[in-house]
Amino acid sequence: MKKTIITVVGKDTVGIIAKVCTYLAENNVNVEDISQTIVQGYFNMMMIVDTGGSSKPYQEMVAELENLGDEIGVKIRCQHEDIFTKMHRI
Amino acid sequence: MINIFEVNETNKMIEQEKLDVRTITLGISLLDCVDSDLDALNRKIYDKITRIAKNLVPVGREIELEYGIPIVNKRISVTPIALVAGQACKSTEDFVSVAKTLDKAAADTGVNFLGGYSAIVSKGMTPTDEKLIRSIPAALSSTERVCSSVNIGSTKTGINMDAVKLMGEIVRETAEATKGDNSLGCAKLVVFCNAPDDNPFMAGAFHGVSEADAVINVGVSGPGVVKHALEGIRGENFEVLCETVKKTAFKVTRVGQLVAQEASARLGVPFGIVDLSLAPTPAVGDSVAEILEEMGLESVGAPGTTAALALLNDQVKKGGVMASSFVGGLSGAFIPISEDQGMIDAVNRGALTIEKLEAMTCVCSVGLDMIAIPGDTPATTISGIIADEAAIGMINQKTTAVRLVPVIGKDVGDTVEFGGLLGHAPVQKVNKFGCEDFINRGGRIPAPIHSFRN
Repeated sequence: MKKTIITVVGKDTVGIIAKVCTYLAENNVNVEDISQTIVQGYFNMMMIVDTGGSSKPYQEMVAELENLGDEIGVKIRCQHEDIFTKMHRI
Repeated sequence: MINIFEVNETNKMIEQEKLDVRTITLGISLLDCVDSDLDALNRKIYDKITRIAKNLVPVGREIELEYGIPIVNKRISVTPIALVAGQACKSTEDFVSVAKTLDKAAADTGVNFLGGYSAIVSKGMTPTDEKLIRSIPAALSSTERVCSSVNIGSTKTGINMDAVKLMGEIVRETAEATKGDNSLGCAKLVVFCNAPDDNPFMAGAFHGVSEADAVINVGVSGPGVVKHALEGIRGENFEVLCETVKKTAFKVTRVGQLVAQEASARLGVPFGIVDLSLAPTPAVGDSVAEILEEMGLESVGAPGTTAALALLNDQVKKGGVMASSFVGGLSGAFIPISEDQGMIDAVNRGALTIEKLEAMTCVCSVGLDMIAIPGDTPATTISGIIADEAAIGMINQKTTAVRLVPVIGKDVGDTVEFGGLLGHAPVQKVNKFGCEDFINRGGRIPAPIHSFRN
C-alpha cells in the first residue's frame, strides 16, 4: 500500500495535532511518522500515514481532512508519497 | 525517508510557482474506423473515441487529487483525419461532418481539445488531403474543441510550396470565418514542418501512424519553478546557471513521468512519452520570458535573447532526459506571444518583433506561436512567413510551426483577447514588402543535403 503524506500548514494554535490525530484514529489510519517545525512563524507539520486499513475511501478522507483544516484555520493536504520520492530521490 | 523540507519544496512549487502537468493527452488511432459510408465512418469514430477515452477525465481528476498536482488539461489526439476519412468524404462538407463528430466526441468525454483534424502533405497532396485542408475554415468555425494541423515539409522530403501557398489562404479564410470571435479559429490551426508523431500539446497534437492503437502522452510545465530557482543564484556564472536549470527540469519532469505512469496503469493504455517542456500561461509568474529576463536581459528581444533561450532549451532537455524513460514530442521551451505575459509585455514595450521571434525559433521547441497580425495581411505574406519558418525547421532538422492569427478588422496598436489559456496579444507589425511572385511559383523546395550540414 502506498504511504500518504499529510501536511498541515498554518498559524499555530492549541490542539492542531490532537484534532488531526483524532480524525485519523477514528478512521483507522495509522500514523507512522510525524515531524513538525515552525517555519517563518508558521506551524508546519508532516505526517506519514498508512491508509491501507482506512474505513473511508481515499477521496472522502482527503475532503474531510480539508474541511477539518478549514475549521481549525490551517491548510491540510494529503498526497501519495510517490510525488515526493520521485522528485527528490534518484 | 522523505523529510519535511522536501515536502514543503514540492508543495511550494505547486502552490506558489505554478508547477503543473499541462496535459494528459490520450492518442487514439482511427485507422480501423475507415469506411466508405460517411454515416458509418462517423459512428465508428465517435464510438471508438468515447469508448477508449471514457475514463480519461475522471482518472485525470483522481490523480490530481491523490498527488496534489494540478493537471490542467485532459485532451485527445487522433490519427490525421485525411488518412481516415478519404474513402467516405467526397466533398469538403463531408469532412466538416467528421469534424463535428470529433467535436461531439470531445464534448461527451469532457476533454477541452481534440487534435488531429490534420493532413500530412510534406511532399505532396492527394485530392483527399486537399479537400480536408480546404474544409478547415468551415470545420474550425463550426466546432468548438477540434484542433487542426497541416505538416507542409520535413528535412527528409523538402517543403511542399503548393501546400504553403494554400495554407496562407486557409489561415486567412479561417480568420474571416471566425471574425466574430477575434479570428479565434486560427488559434486552433498549426502549420508544421517536421511535425512529431507524439506531441501532446495542442493545437498541433495528432496521433501519428507510427503509434500504437492508443497511447498516453504527458506534457509537463514549470516556467515559474525555473524562474524561482534562478532568482536564488543571481550574479552566478553560466555553469551555475545551467546546473540550476538542469536540476529543476529534472524535478519537474519526474512529476510528469509519475503522472504518465499512473494514468497509463489506471486507463490500461500504454505510456508513450513525456514531453519535456516549459509551457507558459498568461498567469503572472508562469512565463518563459521572465526566465530569460531573470538570466540578465532587460527585456526579451534584447541582444542575448537567442543565446539565453538556446541555453534554457538545452538544459531543460539535459535535466529532463534522465527523469523520464521515454521522452519525445516537442521538448523545450515554448515561446508563444499571447500565452505568456512576459512576451506580451516585451511586444508592448517595443522590444520584440516578429523578426527577432523568428531568430528565437531556431533554438526554441516549436516556432512562431500565437502571434496576432493585422487583419489585412495578404495570404501570400502569411505563406512567406510559413515558408521561412519551415525552412528553418527543414535545414536544422527541428520541428517548426506557425500559428498566426490575422485578426480581421484589427491593426497594429490594437490588442486582441482570446480568453482562457490562449490569453491576449497585441497586434504585431508584419513586413509590408510582398513575396507574391515567390509564393506563386508553386512546386517543391527539395530536401537539403546533410553531408554538408551547417
